[in-house]
Amino acid sequence: MNKHLLSVDDLAVGDVEALFDTAAEMHDVQHRSVKKLPALRGRTVVNLFFEDSTRTRSSFEIAGKWLSADVINVSAKGSSVSKGESLRDTVLTVAAMGVDGLVIRHGASGAAQQVSQWTDAVVINAGDGMHEHPTQALLDAYTIQRRLGTLEDKHVVIVGDLTHSRVFRSNVLLLAKLGARVTVVAPPTLMPAGVTAWSKDAGFETTYDLDEVLPHADAVMMLRVQRERMSGGFFPSAREYTVGYGLTRDRLGVLKPGAPICHPGPMNRGLEIAADAADAAQSAVLDQVSAGVAIRMSVLYHLLAGEGSAS
Amino acid sequence: MSALVIKGASVLGDGGSDVYVENGHLVAEAPTGARVVDADGLVALPGLVDLHTHLREPGREDAETVLSGSQAAALGGFTAVLAMANTSPVTDTAEAAERVLDLGRTAGLVDVQPVGAVTKGLAGQELAELGLMARSRAKVRVFSDDGRCVHDPRVMRRALEYVRAFGGVVSQHSQDPDLAGPTACCHEGELSGRLGLPGWPGVAEEVIVARDVMLARHTNSRVHVAHVSTAGSVEVIRWAKSRGIDVTAEVTPHHLLLTTDLLSGYDPVFKVNPPLRPAEDVAALRDALADGTIDAVATDHAPHARHDKEHAFVDAAFGMLGLETALSVVSDVMVTSGAMTWADVARVMSQNPARIAGLDGHGGTLAVGQPANITLVDPAAVVVVDRADSASLSRNNPWHERKLTGAVVATVLRGTPTVLNGALA
Amino acid sequence: MAPAQSASVPAASVPAASVPPAPAEGRTVLDARDISRALTRISHEILERNKGLDNLVLLGIPTRGVHLARRISERIAKVEGAEVPLGTLDITMYRDDLRRHPTRNPQHTLMPPGGVDGKVVVLVDDVLFSGRTVRAALDAMNDLGRPATVRLAVLVDRGHRELPIRADHVGKNLPSARTERVMVRLEESDGYDEVRIAPMTGAVNGPATGPLTGPATGASA
Repeated sequence: MNKHLLSVDDLAVGDVEALFDTAAEMHDVQHRSVKKLPALRGRTVVNLFFEDSTRTRSSFEIAGKWLSADVINVSAKGSSVSKGESLRDTVLTVAAMGVDGLVIRHGASGAAQQVSQWTDAVVINAGDGMHEHPTQALLDAYTIQRRLGTLEDKHVVIVGDLTHSRVFRSNVLLLAKLGARVTVVAPPTLMPAGVTAWSKDAGFETTYDLDEVLPHADAVMMLRVQRERMSGGFFPSAREYTVGYGLTRDRLGVLKPGAPICHPGPMNRGLEIAADAADAAQSAVLDQVSAGVAIRMSVLYHLLAGEGSAS
Repeated sequence: MSALVIKGASVLGDGGSDVYVENGHLVAEAPTGARVVDADGLVALPGLVDLHTHLREPGREDAETVLSGSQAAALGGFTAVLAMANTSPVTDTAEAAERVLDLGRTAGLVDVQPVGAVTKGLAGQELAELGLMARSRAKVRVFSDDGRCVHDPRVMRRALEYVRAFGGVVSQHSQDPDLAGPTACCHEGELSGRLGLPGWPGVAEEVIVARDVMLARHTNSRVHVAHVSTAGSVEVIRWAKSRGIDVTAEVTPHHLLLTTDLLSGYDPVFKVNPPLRPAEDVAALRDALADGTIDAVATDHAPHARHDKEHAFVDAAFGMLGLETALSVVSDVMVTSGAMTWADVARVMSQNPARIAGLDGHGGTLAVGQPANITLVDPAAVVVVDRADSASLSRNNPWHERKLTGAVVATVLRGTPTVLNGALA
Repeated sequence: MAPAQSASVPAASVPAASVPPAPAEGRTVLDARDISRALTRISHEILERNKGLDNLVLLGIPTRGVHLARRISERIAKVEGAEVPLGTLDITMYRDDLRRHPTRNPQHTLMPPGGVDGKVVVLVDDVLFSGRTVRAALDAMNDLGRPATVRLAVLVDRGHRELPIRADHVGKNLPSARTERVMVRLEESDGYDEVRIAPMTGAVNGPATGPLTGPATGASA
């Protein structure tokens, strides 16, 4: 397996399978009374978060602690550029304390890749700007696979603000890698630039029409839409967005029975997803959260436990 | 003053002959007691003129000073450079312009011609004291808010009209801030979509170029388009010229060769404004330079301290070094391919820029009687660029480890060699 | 005693060949019949020592310990007419040599029905060597619960203990040199039954390490 996890492209199909298998074992640990494995004892993992994120950070924190690693949270929000300290200096300062694993969350695309060039520590991308969020894609794919049995030839529909979404970018790469068929849905203003050429190249489909594609979906992933996008002229109003692209109660009715509904969270109930859909039996949202810990334990284990992982 | 005999140079690429220099001018006969420069196999060009550099002084002397910038310029074959106004404080008064002028004279390696801001503080609202800057010792003729676009059409119109009184010209950084905002950093296209980098669409440049040529026509003034980067802008400029509109344009060496694909590693050394574009735009720019639609090559030399580049791509500073490598890039991309001759290079790197900037002492034809501003080029020299080997105080060099054919060997400023054998004299 | 359901333990996929390959180096120490007799004797010893099935639980250590544990449980069921709870205990995450090797995929841990708290747990593995695998198994079990007693049954004890660990039930005592390899092959995972000992080929650093997907025969116990 690659030293770092910066992008879904760092993983071969065999690596994903190993990660999923280990995650399944890690899931069991979550249900024991002693939620501990000694595998990362003596390893130090720093969560270096330049952006707020309670859920991802605590997910990584629990994952590290359940593997007996020493986990430290460093909130670098508001540092660096504003204080005139370069990103490189911030990273080197943290790494100089003797760090085995660096979990990075940053508001700028490419930050994780750049950071990996400045330190010997293992770097795990916990979300870099609009670029990627590999562990999110892993837990999404793992959740859907557990529900459907397999991802091979399954039709996954991803809906929402694709332009600004790292969850979309990682998922579209990973699902295709695992043999799923992916269709992405968004209004034209929220489709990424160059998506026509890109989708042909990467093998996914695009459409503006959610109603046409939804009945054929084996799984649906709703992405969070930020209301602030309205001021950027991306869509005129929240209700227009919901009518065109929200998973409303009516749309819930046309979904295939058993088709899991995923959402990376936090949800805008009523905007991109109706409350009924979020709480439906088909909703996999809570599974995603528990899968998140298992997947992150699996990632931390595979990247940090074996030889060559020490700082 | 020195006397020089430059032996056996191919003057403007046209056959070997000798060039004689005495008392700072080109003379018809070999002067006595002259220093001999062996120019066998070399091409002699009129001293190169750069319409667009950032020398960072005053304000960011950690990145570059007028002295270090002058050294880099001389090594690049330049005898005159225009220093953009986005210093700290901004060059928006006569005093500030004279300060930069004096720094250049003290350094004494290149003629540093200050550019004046179009608007006070580059804020884009009120005209700066354009007339006072023109009347100052700095004799400012080129005005630019470069770094920023003069976005308000009314302000741009007034500026175009006002400078006619003293033969000035506005050099516009064409970027509509509503179409390409401050975070825009990657050509908007497939790569920006994949990488999740905020896009800088070509149309954000083109709408301003189109607007400005129409304003130039309406006000009967001339306008200069800085660092043209898209095929669409070239189309507009070509159309405007065919209509007799007084528009001139420049292109950077990096936009003639480097493409947006280089951004896939998120290396901030390739972050520049306007951004690197796809191959189709690069091809259109080359054609436009060769056919005269684009009048000049200008480096947009933009030094940055290391810590300003060592950020995530979106947060890093915009800009690349360019003075020392410009001639080699143009030689490699345009002359070696046969698209341009050395006479063409003289036109776009010396004569046109001098004319646009109103620098009478530069951009000659190496004719007797003209000031002896000369650049000697070895067209066959192969250089492998080493970013550490530079007179600039900065190291944000996108050409590192690239092999280029063609190099400046010597530079002469009004008869005095500033560079000999590729090193500062 | 109420009959306990035997947990379904994941079965290994059986490779196509079910006859031993042409003789490689070394010699056969136990053939299929020897292995069967040894397992039968071990099964009786377990029952004897425990005085029956009370509180008894079998935990196989993946990979081959799992198959041996299943076979022992089948024999016990035949003798006693009742099932003994069966589970698997993966020790990958508890190994003390994690950092010296590329990361290995953990295998499945399946708690036997009724758990291990207060039980008499018999760990089952194929080869006992340094004792580190068993020590890791004891650590793993600590996190799963608190057995009343832990015993150890192995098919082969090849000596060279590095820790104070001993087996309660041994199929065969096999004195060996450190530089020799002991290879256990079982029908369920390898297609045939055999225990073979051979000199190490090209070995420089002592006992061979096992395949990346699981504890090795002959080196990990």
